Amino acid sequence: MAHTHSIPSLDEQFEFTAESKRRLTIGIIAGVVLVGIGAYLAAKGGGGHEHVEAAHGAAGHAAHGEAAHAAAGGHHEYKWTTRLWANVWVNSVYFTGAAVIGMFFIAYNYLAQAGWSAVFKRIPEALPAFLPITGVIMLITFFVAGHDLFHWTHEGLYEVGGPEYDPIIAGKKGFLNTPFFVGRMIFYFVAWYALWRIVRKFSLDEDLEGGTEYYEKSIKYSTAFLVVFAVTSSTSAWDLIMSIDTHWFSTMFGWYTLASWHVTGLAIITLVVVSLREKGYLKAVNESHLHDLGKFMFAFSIFWAYVWFAQFMLIYYANLPEETIYYRERFSGYGGIYKAPFFINIFLCFVFPFLVLMTRDAKRTPIILKVACWGILVGHYFDFYTNIMPGTVGEHGGFGPIEFGMILIFACAFIWSVSAQLAKANLIPKNHPMLEESLHHDI
Amino acid sequence: MSHHNDSAKFLVGVYDDDEVVLKAVTEVKSAGVRIHEVYTPFPIHGLDVALGHPRTRIGIAAFLFGLTGFLTMVSLTYYTMGYDWPMVIGGKDNYAYPAYIPVMFELTVLFTALGMVGTFLVSNGLGPTVKPLMFDLRSTDNKFVMAIDLSKNKQSEVEIASVLRASGAAEVNVKQF
Repeated sequence: MAHTHSIPSLDEQFEFTAESKRRLTIGIIAGVVLVGIGAYLAAKGGGGHEHVEAAHGAAGHAAHGEAAHAAAGGHHEYKWTTRLWANVWVNSVYFTGAAVIGMFFIAYNYLAQAGWSAVFKRIPEALPAFLPITGVIMLITFFVAGHDLFHWTHEGLYEVGGPEYDPIIAGKKGFLNTPFFVGRMIFYFVAWYALWRIVRKFSLDEDLEGGTEYYEKSIKYSTAFLVVFAVTSSTSAWDLIMSIDTHWFSTMFGWYTLASWHVTGLAIITLVVVSLREKGYLKAVNESHLHDLGKFMFAFSIFWAYVWFAQFMLIYYANLPEETIYYRERFSGYGGIYKAPFFINIFLCFVFPFLVLMTRDAKRTPIILKVACWGILVGHYFDFYTNIMPGTVGEHGGFGPIEFGMILIFACAFIWSVSAQLAKANLIPKNHPMLEESLHHDI
Repeated sequence: MSHHNDSAKFLVGVYDDDEVVLKAVTEVKSAGVRIHEVYTPFPIHGLDVALGHPRTRIGIAAFLFGLTGFLTMVSLTYYTMGYDWPMVIGGKDNYAYPAYIPVMFELTVLFTALGMVGTFLVSNGLGPTVKPLMFDLRSTDNKFVMAIDLSKNKQSEVEIASVLRASGAAEVNVKQF
């Protein structure tokens, strides 16, 4: 065929260099050291019992619902390790989302028979390999520190007439009980990971054998994944995040978390594509692909804001104490320590990408895309931070060495996992039936 | 665009193929002929670039329409609920702006949508009294039509016609409005 523009070579092998492995190892070690320093400081200073009692008394006025709820919990005394586990949980939830969205992206692109995304398909395809790691970490965390993170795991809440009996939480026992919860968690990770492995295998086999058979089969399994994910994205959001604030619930929460995960995943995909291009890989990715990725991030930042606002507005307007407590805790509770993350979250997840990515030129300029990606990625960390921290560590929260160190450990491990996957196959799916269309993508 | 005098005379090149017309645009332009417009049954990638159209300012128009709608609703809610007749509803502030964000959003979208419909009609010369320039009806079916405004070109009618034929036009017609 005669073309006005030349198509670069499709043979590209990503090299996971010893140098980058060394850097990631240093990153992980630095993270461990930071967490160690933070843990030492927390164990030395913040674990005192008297301090906790005093703080509970003070919080009684600002957020008396939560304080009464803690008092009803009785033995809910604070241990410094809770902050450690809460951080593990925040990062696990964040990177679970980032990983599973890779599969989500591939799945809806297959189902829609999208052509444009074929050329960089290996990047979303590389993300879900991290799922078993976060899955195992979360299960361990639940068994070790479940009582510290999840108020509903305390047996006494369900004893009718007992001193800690909580009729509201007892009413949720059919859903929030340890065997069912653990079963669900295992199901999520096994189902997501297994479906990804199948589609990944098709994709790698297609590279060797060609033909449209793998494409057809991938569509079927992608559809199955989307059906599973339609339900599990919501239920996992209830389990992993919403059940921390056991009394409170929001019917928007599943979509809200999906929106947050989705735009995080899109930002990671875009960031990896742009970075690989800078390193000389993915030469076949042109400005139109970047433009579409930019549009995706722009659109889903707005979608996230829409869901965020829909959840907030109903609660704000109805003004029911048992619902508004959730925003009271984040806005003014616990001495106001969550007010900054609350607003950083809204700014970085909506205002910033909305203004930065609005014009066509911005979406076609790699450096602006990178800035927007970083804004979104940091913003959505604070999204999960503001969702998880108040209900777990409350007034003992903050942002110090533990937080920085834990992000560093998880991020380096995630980059390692993605790089290892990228190195496993040709960076461009040579025999993908839609590749020809993708190479000529022009908008 | 519909800005033309009553005696406007056009040469109309009719092409059979989208690839041919795309190449023809470059050839005709390099022969020094100014093209009025190209009409095609479907969008052709790269045609706007080949014609050298300036970047559309439609985004700026949309933004301004949206901003107008947004400010209209901010003023309306503030004037009615916060200033002229303040009321306490649900124990909230007089001007409880989070409650009005949905209507601000709606009016932003409404003004943008209606404004863009108006912009579309004006910029395409589709007003109710405007007589459209129809160079060749087949451009809505299976032909690709290039219109050359003779009054905007120095070359003679014969010269331009031969340029069009050389670029692959199956027919060259004269159209007078």
